[in-house]
Order: sequence, then C-alpha cells, then structure tokens
Amino acid sequence: MDQNLLEYTLRIGDNALILGQRLSEWCGHGPILEQDIALSNIALDHIGQARMLMQYAAEQKGADFTEDKMAFFRDIWEYRNALIVELENGDWAKTICRQFLFDTYNYYFYTALLSSADERLKEIAQKAIKEVSYHAQWSAEWIIRLGDGTEESHQKAQNALNELWEWTGELFEMDAVDEDMISKGIGVDLTQLKKDWNVKVDQILEMATLKRPEDAWMQSGGKQGEHTEYLGYVLAEMQHLPRMYPEANW
Amino acid sequence: MFIRSRNGLSHKHVGSLHAPDADMAIKNARDVYTRRSEGISIWVVESEAITASSPDENEPLFAPADDKVYRHPTFYDIPDEVGHM
Repeated sequence: MDQNLLEYTLRIGDNALILGQRLSEWCGHGPILEQDIALSNIALDHIGQARMLMQYAAEQKGADFTEDKMAFFRDIWEYRNALIVELENGDWAKTICRQFLFDTYNYYFYTALLSSADERLKEIAQKAIKEVSYHAQWSAEWIIRLGDGTEESHQKAQNALNELWEWTGELFEMDAVDEDMISKGIGVDLTQLKKDWNVKVDQILEMATLKRPEDAWMQSGGKQGEHTEYLGYVLAEMQHLPRMYPEANW
Repeated sequence: MFIRSRNGLSHKHVGSLHAPDADMAIKNARDVYTRRSEGISIWVVESEAITASSPDENEPLFAPADDKVYRHPTFYDIPDEVGHM
C-alpha cells in the first residue's frame, strides 16, 4: 500500500464528504425553494464524489474496509479535509462565499487531476469535472449578484469574504505528501493552481464590486488531521447512526 | 420554464420559478426541472412577457369548439415514418 496515495485520496475525498454533509444542512432551510434544491443538488454531487473516493481509499486499505467504514468509523484526527469545508454554514452569504472560494479551487484542482498518472483518480476526475464546473459557475454567479446587489447583500457578502479569507491559504499549502504525489505525476501542483485561482477570484470579485481582503496569517492543519471544534459536531451527526447500529441496513 | 426533452421535440412548458434575472433563471431551471435527465435544452421567459387569455372569456373563446368533432382528424392512419406530429 502506498501510504501517500491513500493520504492523498482521503484529502480529496474528505473535502467532498464534509462539504457535502455541511451543505445538506441547508436541505429544507434554503431561502427560497429554487436555492434549496440547488444546494441540495450540489450537496449530493459532493457526496457522490466522496463515495467514489472512499471506495478507492477502502480498496487501498484492504479487504476489511468499505466506503462506509471510511466515512463513518474514522474520528476527527483521521479526517484530512481542508478546514474551510468544515466551518459552520452561517448565513446565505457565508455559505455562498465559501462555495465560491472552494468551488473555484476545486474546479482547477479537478481540471489538473484529469491528467493524473493514477488511473482511478483520473477516472473520478473525468466524472466529477462536469459537476464541479457547474458548481464554480453557480457560486460565482451568486457572488456577483450578492456583491453587486443591494447595500445589505453587498455588506453581508463582504463580511463573509473577510471572515473566510484566512481559511483559503491552506488550500494551496503543500507538504511531503503533495511533493511525492507531484513527483509521481499523480498529484496536482498547487503553485500553478494558486495563480489560476487568484486570477479568477480577482475577476469575479471585481464584477461583484467586492474588495479582496489582504493576505495575512492563514489557518491550516486540516490536511494533517488537526481540525477546528466544528468538525466534531459534523461527524457526531453524520456518524451517530452507524456507530449506534453498525449492522443497520436500509 | 420550457424544456426540450430530446432532439426533434419542441420545448414544453414545465412550470415556473423565481430568479433575479435570466441567467440565474436558467440555472434554477436546470436544478429544479432537469435533475432527473428531463431535458437537453431550456428556454426561460419572464412571466411579464406573457399575455394570457382571460378566464371570463372562456365561453366565447373555447366553447364553440366543443361540438365540432369533425375538426379532429381521427379518420386518418398516420404512417410510423412520420413520427411525432
């Protein structure tokens, strides 16, 4: 088993799983029916991607593991998602802003993963890229409308952007796992990705009349398993049923 | 919202929704009305642009057609090759 490949698979898969779980909290609570359905669709896209990646991770771990075991029987410190996806949803502006910042990253990430030397990751990227492209369009459209909307929507979008900015740095951090995966042609070089992300984010923020926050100290740790207090609550809700009734079936 | 379910068929009205503008209406329609592969093309029209007949005029508009069965071309066999009419 290639420990770095497993680690890498989990980082991608946990981003999808935790963001999908977070977004599903909006189901039945969206501001209007159309956006309730839109967010639930997006949540399900992420869960679908997470399933493929959890299956792959489980296969790497060996015969005793399944996708469900990967999702429901790992604890906080075993999760490898970036911190930004586990943050609380907040109001509509904060959820949209997080989506915009993450979706833009995710779009460039999966685009690069299309040329991965790992066949499975490549296949997963081929399937996911259609969904991820739509997510990036959708949240960018929303950011423009919130930022360039009313005085109140502008202020809420700007507040959300300021609040979330310190969580964006981790997306582009690279450690030994990244370096190893890049050297094998499997992983994505985040240096180039960051340039693309900056250009796109600046372009959309300008259309949205929002001010890009100054780059200052950035939060990090999620990719190595050091999480915020929020992840525990996400996992508690997501995992309590299978942990109470491990053999439960539909 | 009008959806074309596949090539060769016309766009059909499927319902209405709220959206701040036309671009977002397309996205909303995609999410609300095509999530089960219902379509390959979407038209959106602002409800303001629709001129509707008045329910008060239903009698003069529609009742006269009720007793004119000869207007239904039910006497013809349509060859299979014709496809949708």
